[in-house]
Amino acid sequence: MNAGAKFAAGAVLIVGAVGYLMASGVKQTGQFFLTPSELSQRVAADPSFYNLGMKVGARVVPGSVARDPAAQTLRFQITDGSARYPVVFHGLPPDTFTDSVEVVVEGRLQRDGVIYATDVLAKCGSRYEAVPKAA
Amino acid sequence: MTVLGNLALWVAFLVGIWGALTGFMGGLLGRADLQQSARHAVFAMCAALLTAVFALEWALFHHDFNVEYVAAYTSRNLPIFYTWSALYAGQKGSLLFWASVLSVFGSLALTFTSRRHAPLLPYVAGVVCAVAAFFVTVMLFAANPFARLAFTPLDGNGLNPQLQNPGMVFHPPMLYLGYISMTIPYAFAMAALLSRRLDTDWLVAIRKWTLVSWLFLSIGLLLGMWWAYVELGWGGYWAWDPVENAALLPWLTMTAFLHSVMIQEKRGMLKKWNLALVIGSWLLSVMGTFITRSGVISSVHSFTQSPVGYYFLVFLILAAAASFTLYARRLPLLDAEARLESMVSREASFLFNNLLLVGIAFSVLWGTLFPILSELVQGTKVTVGPPFFNQVNIPLGLALLALTGIGPLIAWRRASLPNLKRQFAVPLTTGGFVGLILLVGGMRDGWALMAIALAGFVAATVGQEFARGARARHRQYGEPYALALARLVGRNRRRYGGYIVHTGILILFVAFAGMAFKTETQVTLRPGERATIRSPYGWTYRLTHLGISQYDALNRQVTAATLEVERDGKRLGVMTTEKRQHVDGLGRPTFQPSTEVGIRSDLREDLYIVLGGVVNGTEQAVFRFTINPLVWWVWYGGVVLVLGGLVVMWPGGGSPAVKRVQAGYAVRLVGKQ
Repeated sequence: MNAGAKFAAGAVLIVGAVGYLMASGVKQTGQFFLTPSELSQRVAADPSFYNLGMKVGARVVPGSVARDPAAQTLRFQITDGSARYPVVFHGLPPDTFTDSVEVVVEGRLQRDGVIYATDVLAKCGSRYEAVPKAA
Repeated sequence: MTVLGNLALWVAFLVGIWGALTGFMGGLLGRADLQQSARHAVFAMCAALLTAVFALEWALFHHDFNVEYVAAYTSRNLPIFYTWSALYAGQKGSLLFWASVLSVFGSLALTFTSRRHAPLLPYVAGVVCAVAAFFVTVMLFAANPFARLAFTPLDGNGLNPQLQNPGMVFHPPMLYLGYISMTIPYAFAMAALLSRRLDTDWLVAIRKWTLVSWLFLSIGLLLGMWWAYVELGWGGYWAWDPVENAALLPWLTMTAFLHSVMIQEKRGMLKKWNLALVIGSWLLSVMGTFITRSGVISSVHSFTQSPVGYYFLVFLILAAAASFTLYARRLPLLDAEARLESMVSREASFLFNNLLLVGIAFSVLWGTLFPILSELVQGTKVTVGPPFFNQVNIPLGLALLALTGIGPLIAWRRASLPNLKRQFAVPLTTGGFVGLILLVGGMRDGWALMAIALAGFVAATVGQEFARGARARHRQYGEPYALALARLVGRNRRRYGGYIVHTGILILFVAFAGMAFKTETQVTLRPGERATIRSPYGWTYRLTHLGISQYDALNRQVTAATLEVERDGKRLGVMTTEKRQHVDGLGRPTFQPSTEVGIRSDLREDLYIVLGGVVNGTEQAVFRFTINPLVWWVWYGGVVLVLGGLVVMWPGGGSPAVKRVQAGYAVRLVGKQ
């Protein structure tokens, strides 16, 4: 086998490894990114759609935020205008988290209809932009 | 002043279009008068855009809140330092910054490029003018930094407090300088393609520029990591955020180019690949600006909040189509002058290094765009996060680290077996020894073990190269070892500067491996209460909550918590962490509260404390304590990397003829070994 062919074999190996790592990575770590309405449709269509890791992007319902710093628990509701879900989060929310801000909640929906969040991200248009004031 | 600014933008716009037309026409028709005109157009554009920058800075400094941009990003009580840097705090200002820096770089390139490359320059001027004119177009028609408000507010919004950090003053411009300076190599690549002068000549002309760009990107990335670590308070420095990835992508392809270009210079191979890398890096840098600015990835449903995104998308597609069409038409002129002779050669190891770097870049791009791709293909948005990027890139990164050691040890063309034995004996032993010590020492994380053992291997290869080079000089010229070492580096800056960069990289890998042992604790403490945490090294920290204090500072109200820190019974001192509520000139709150992290750093680990909040006005407070091993080494490795880059770039170092002879000598030296 000449050097060119050997190199091609090595290249195929690398490209294959990259491809395999990416495919398995997506399979193992990919998460649905849903809105509350999409989530409720999915649950309606497939009653076993619980306890799956996912991200839900929505707006915090104004006035629904209850903080219990002593227990480090944060409860709030999220909505996209139609569907609405309560969220429970144990941990420190980001500085930008307030009433009616847009959030991405990472967690699992349980059969009690509550999303138990493992992470809450509050979004701003771009990190370099001023955060728009909550109305 | 906004009249002056607008006028300057229009002048820049018209001159830019003129420069693009005359540059391309002048080059293609060979008309000296048009070529000269294009050259002048770049200088004129530079003058016009700097005038616009001056006008915007004037408005910022004079608190002209009738200008929307000034009102949106500054306030009367903003420290002067940040008033200055508000030039690039927002989208519109950054566009102006981009265009003006590009015109400055373009002028420098036209002024300082050697006469030898004169036939390329009209096209370079044309490309620079066209790109800068695009940015001016966006400003004039979609995002004018000089737009006025219908009324004059009493005070401005102020700058987002998270951006009020010294790292943030330098991080965006560094990143932008990296992105922008990429345009010059791209312009030369286009010039080479258009003029059909596709020998290695154009590569020589852009060597410095690619390094400049790579160095700025590196500094920008490192500063961004530092800013995220000390300011954002989530306890890490890299989150695989789309904006971070966007900056990493061109850095990866540039790094690949800096390696593969050596093969073209020495062996006349990889011409097509190198051109594609330059074009690709530039497109990625424009895409980086686009992702950073448009919010296309992070936004949930809307495509972009501002029309600027569409402008960029169209520009990106047009530029990619034009570049690659031209590239495809010139492919027949780009055949290699030599063939790969052996798998065990420097060339082959560089090729694999390139494949890995581009593979990493591709996986990062894929992961970043995955939400969009999956929605297009499947109709459901699926996201991937840090677990994906870590899972894919840890193995690839380690393979790359191994090649960092292997590459420089293998001779060009074909390595012999005795040569390999001689080169690899010490480094392999060192790497194995490092791994064994860690294993005995109780480290059980496979990836981390592998990373540090490989780093040991690479460190030994670098040490061996320096030692052998210095010994050779010592024998040949009778120089004392210290002088021999200094001259060795001074006379072969590219090679030994490169090794210094590799040292920086291996330090970074060790530091990244340290994060495998990060620990995090969350507690609620009343004054006098204490928390105990164990560090990965087996130490016990005891943190006692001393109390909360509240006070007003220049533009903020501060709530500070103070903790006393002991390690294994020994008092280390007092640390504070704050919540800040920024206020405007009238004392009204602006922005959400922000967190000021308390960090105690030493060589082995950082203690990182965050005040989560205070319980209902009492002094009871929620804290998060994180122990981050080896973080200090990220910053130290970064400094080494940048120093290495500076060594490579340092001008001078003998005449080109002398350099060639010395480089040949270095190659022979390695060949003999």
